[in-house]
Amino acid sequence: MHAGREERSPSVGRASTAAPIPEREQRILGIIETARSKQKKFRDERVNMAHGAGGKATQGMIEGLFAPAFGAQTAEDAAALEIGGAALAFTTDSFVVKPLRFPGGSIGDLAVNGTVNDLAVSGARPRALTLSLILEEGLAADDLKAEVEAIAAAAQAAQVDVVGGDTKVVERGAADGMYICTAGIGERDPRARLAADAIRPGDRILLSGSIGEHGTAIMLARGEFDLDADIESDTRSLWPAADALLEEAGPSLRCMRDATRGGVASVLNELARSSRVAMLVHEARVPVDPAVAGASEILGIDPMYVANEGKLVAFVAPESADGALAALRSVPGCERAAEIGEVRTEPPGMVLVETSFGGKRVMDQLVGDPLPRIC
Amino acid sequence: MRYVDEFRDPELGRVLATEILAAVEPGRHYKFMEVCGGHTHSIYKYGVDDLLPANVELVHGPGCPVCVIPMGRVDDGIAIAREPGVIFTCFGDMMRVPGSTGSLLEAKAEGADIRMVYSPLDALRIAKHNPDREVVFFAIGFETTAPSTALTLKRAKAEGVPNFSCMCSHVTIVPPLRALLDSPDLRLDGFVGPGHVSTVVGARPFEFIPADYGKPIVVAGFEPLDILQAIRMILAQLADGRCEVENQYSRVVPYEGNRRALEVMAEVFELRPHFEWRGLGFISQSGLKLSEAYADLDAEVRFSVPGVRVADPKACQCGEVLKGVIKPWECKVFGTACTPERPIGTCMVSSEGACAAYYNFGRFAREREVV
Repeated sequence: MHAGREERSPSVGRASTAAPIPEREQRILGIIETARSKQKKFRDERVNMAHGAGGKATQGMIEGLFAPAFGAQTAEDAAALEIGGAALAFTTDSFVVKPLRFPGGSIGDLAVNGTVNDLAVSGARPRALTLSLILEEGLAADDLKAEVEAIAAAAQAAQVDVVGGDTKVVERGAADGMYICTAGIGERDPRARLAADAIRPGDRILLSGSIGEHGTAIMLARGEFDLDADIESDTRSLWPAADALLEEAGPSLRCMRDATRGGVASVLNELARSSRVAMLVHEARVPVDPAVAGASEILGIDPMYVANEGKLVAFVAPESADGALAALRSVPGCERAAEIGEVRTEPPGMVLVETSFGGKRVMDQLVGDPLPRIC
Repeated sequence: MRYVDEFRDPELGRVLATEILAAVEPGRHYKFMEVCGGHTHSIYKYGVDDLLPANVELVHGPGCPVCVIPMGRVDDGIAIAREPGVIFTCFGDMMRVPGSTGSLLEAKAEGADIRMVYSPLDALRIAKHNPDREVVFFAIGFETTAPSTALTLKRAKAEGVPNFSCMCSHVTIVPPLRALLDSPDLRLDGFVGPGHVSTVVGARPFEFIPADYGKPIVVAGFEPLDILQAIRMILAQLADGRCEVENQYSRVVPYEGNRRALEVMAEVFELRPHFEWRGLGFISQSGLKLSEAYADLDAEVRFSVPGVRVADPKACQCGEVLKGVIKPWECKVFGTACTPERPIGTCMVSSEGACAAYYNFGRFAREREVV
């Protein structure tokens, strides 16, 4: 195999005298940006798969339907609550992955780690989960037992208790084997106040490891392509990584996200937009496993948009970035962590990529759904 | 990745960029068309045009197979997909192409059984697994994908899969290029020739471009270095006063093409007298249908389709974009009424479409060296 992507030399330097952009093009780009920054509306006649993909359609549904109905909305992965003087974080997530089992994990692992990670990246130590199961008539008892064991093992590994639950069974055909919904509660950690609006120009963007493994593993496990590769889902608890960052960087840690559905690209876009900052990513620094890079290449998918289930993106003040990266790399599973870019002021709301080849381009939000039901 | 990373080497890219800079005549404006949507996509994805001097302009051509499908064909596809018992299969990009009353994706949400496949063989496999359903494959693409459709149809016939059929919207590359070159508003200095199509048809079919129209063409691969090298080769032809077909993509493209693929296509397909292209109108002998011997596998024979011609939306300027007459952003509806999430024109649908590529990648990436 050729040298990995992250080992390649940085981009080509260019002496450049910027050619003036025609005034009309500039004006049109301005109109587009205004349209993009407006609150999205929900105008679709029916729900389609794109509404679940975490891209533009999902955003339209959240901003145009849920936010108006439920009032003040947080842009965070878990809600911050103050109850009886206790600083808590609360979140919920549902899991509809197909197939139920795949290399590196199963729906049970995801159901625990997904919710644990939403708490962890909000800066909360995960404490307890509730578990709801929706089972399809005819599901093999062995499959159910296997998933219950997977849930118990993942909860133990993540040091959370499963404290309650519910079970429903629907007719054959009304669900696909098994769906799981978990809710989680955690204690907010006092070492930092994490929020999207804490991100500042100059902050460094850290990524906790190589990307695209979960989505690619699922895709190959479905057997729809005649492709074989040794790729396992990266599903794991991110609390140890979050804990290490909180310990090292403290208040210099601004914000974290787990890069699940829609991948790292979607996380960066969402934050650039909500925090009105720009982000610049150096493509050559983003760690990608050669097998993932190869599969993505063949399928025409950019790994930046492929789901992870055990990778976080962290924003750290520049002076603390080196220390934070070293702390992150000392966490098992995060050895390949990297600083992949930085926060800028212009153009607000946009994510730009300096390609490994030396050019620059926009890395936009995802439209449509390259791969449904990955979690 | 071996055989891929080598063609994305930034150092070599810089060398080529320097050579290109040295090869352009200061003060002269060059306009080259990359015919193929795959090139358009690579140019934006890697920021290739960032490495070009400002007086070398790339115009995005008509070679995106999704972008050229007219609305009426999409309507026909949806009509078949809505027939009871039908499983309708197509490539993913085709799902979001708007017809006159919505897209295949919307028809799917309304209950039609529409499935995305990566290969026509996947569609055939679905047919074998669902013997009580009619499975239709919506075949699109240039000569690049036509051989795989042809082989699938041959296999379906040989294995006797009675519930499989194909709605053939394959097109050929030479007629639209000729139509484009005949267009009076076209001003081009040369072509970056389509690479994948040429793996099948070879480079020879493009000899009419230098011979009849006096434009150089260099068949090129899809990696950023391929494209830069092709541009350098065109510039060299212009500087030397040469005008010919050259093959930059010789690692894949044989000058005479792939005879085996051409044979299987000739067996399974025949030319339609006319085929409508999105934005370009009707072009003679530019589309393929199933030959007499395969007529029983023709979905348009098996099902009744409306076959109604639907005029392109008035506001849509896809045709001018496809001809390179206007830049994507010069279209009246670009980025406002027509966006990747709600496309009006097909150029905005496929990631290989000029408008989608520009919308997704091109904005803000416009610093150039001025000569």
